[in-house]
Amino acid sequence: MSAATLRDEAFIRQLRRRKRLGRGFELACLVAILLGILVLLVLLVDVFLDGAAWLSPGLLTQFPSRFPEQSGLRSALQGTLWMIGLTAALSFPIGVGTAIYLEEYADNNWFTRFIEINIANLAGVPSIIYGLLGLGFFVRGLELGRSVLAGSLTMTLVILPVIIVSSREAIRAVPRSLRLAALALGATRWQTVRHHVLPSAMGGILTGIILALSRAIGETAPLITIGALTFVAFDLQGPLDIFTVLPIQIFNWVSLPQAEFHGLAAAGIIVLLVMLLSMNGLAVYLRNRLQKQW
Amino acid sequence: MTTLNVPRYTPVTPHTNGRYAVEARNLRIYYGHFLAIRDVNLLVERKKITAIIGPSGCGKSTVLRAFNRMNELVPTARTEGEVLFSGQNIYSPEVDPVEVRRRIGMVFQKPNPFPKSIYENVAWGARINGFRGDLDALVRESLEQAALWDEVKDKLNQSGLSLSGGQQQRLCIARAIAIKPEIILMDEPASALDPIATLKIEELMRELARDYTIIIVTHNMQQAARASHYTAFFMMDEDRAGMMVEYGPTERIFTNPKDKRTEDYITGRFG
Repeated sequence: MSAATLRDEAFIRQLRRRKRLGRGFELACLVAILLGILVLLVLLVDVFLDGAAWLSPGLLTQFPSRFPEQSGLRSALQGTLWMIGLTAALSFPIGVGTAIYLEEYADNNWFTRFIEINIANLAGVPSIIYGLLGLGFFVRGLELGRSVLAGSLTMTLVILPVIIVSSREAIRAVPRSLRLAALALGATRWQTVRHHVLPSAMGGILTGIILALSRAIGETAPLITIGALTFVAFDLQGPLDIFTVLPIQIFNWVSLPQAEFHGLAAAGIIVLLVMLLSMNGLAVYLRNRLQKQW
Repeated sequence: MTTLNVPRYTPVTPHTNGRYAVEARNLRIYYGHFLAIRDVNLLVERKKITAIIGPSGCGKSTVLRAFNRMNELVPTARTEGEVLFSGQNIYSPEVDPVEVRRRIGMVFQKPNPFPKSIYENVAWGARINGFRGDLDALVRESLEQAALWDEVKDKLNQSGLSLSGGQQQRLCIARAIAIKPEIILMDEPASALDPIATLKIEELMRELARDYTIIIVTHNMQQAARASHYTAFFMMDEDRAGMMVEYGPTERIFTNPKDKRTEDYITGRFG
């Protein structure tokens, strides 16, 4: 090839234009991510400045009170932990079971497709609707009252569609060759699922569940709808006790006129954020730890 | 030698006095409305290697999977006709496909060891099938038969995926042997391997043919000529349905084919 064709001026001008366009797009993407990070930073710094002074051991061990310096998140933390524990215990078997059934057992017929479409739609239903359902069915219908159990059952409904969808994706990512290998050895469908599909998919399943649970931690609307209290000054003894959770306590403090309570609210937000970040961190850890190489 | 504690079939209709390891009789396979395999009649000799050859898309693998009911895992597949194993039709309603697969093992085209240890890869099949006995001895014996023991004996706890492609495929063969099948089906077992690993697999097949009946699908005619005792030549008819054109001792098929189409294929005129 001659040097003349290599130094094609028209081509070089066009190439410069193409590269400028590429750099422009890269810059736009950078601005987008910086904007997001900036807003997050401003929020974090603002909350931290407001709440840092109120962070103390007492914040975690005291009940709420009308005196700001004696106020704490004890009952709200208990409520949140109870609710997350119960919600996890309820939603894991139901969600994973549904995902296994749909992926491994169900025939591809109109009934399966009907269920699939409904689950996908349920994931988009506003959580307050679930709150109304919980109020009508769990609180009044099953007479569970405004208990942490009723709250957990409602929250289970909120996050189940998300858990089912993410678990199905994790199960679908397990290569078919693995299932065939097991079946060709004379394994039953259950043995194949139990020994090969589930262990391989478990990283993805757990990640989905933890992310769904961290959404549940922050949810307030459905719990207010079923009548979770805003002021609880006693320890939670069991699943049928009335309860409150962190976001509701924070909401309660924000709505009070005294500035001290706003500081408490900011401190509460920090506690909530720490819980959320640790759960997300756990999700990342589990994903890296359990991810299988094929 | 340890044996699995699984009840055996009793021959019901010994059409051919159990002379053959497995017999396909008027075997027809559909995918939806599409006829994929037309009226295959194939008598597979015991403890011999039978190769199924033919151009791409002629249904070789479909026929192979019919012998251990793996086609059923394809939702639209439908099988007609009979596959007689120990005189019993494996497609009759009272036969459980799990039982069939336990007796007729399979090795796949792409090595697919479990993402578990080498030991566990071999032991798992026996364990889920209710093996009671010395599992360590079974693992060793199976790996020895698969000509892999010397290479892995010091790293049985390492992942099966840490092995090379050829080793992985021999691990898959060891895994199949460990449940003591009577027949081993191999679906192009060397097509993903390099020539040296391929030769090892072929040597291994000749060794295994002393104890097992082997049916191998291959698109590699030299492989069929080198390694098999019997050869079945398949091709598509006008409706794109696969059918068996000719079947006989490998030497005769390759030196003196009766059918013009077989001759054209093995001399490289098409395919």
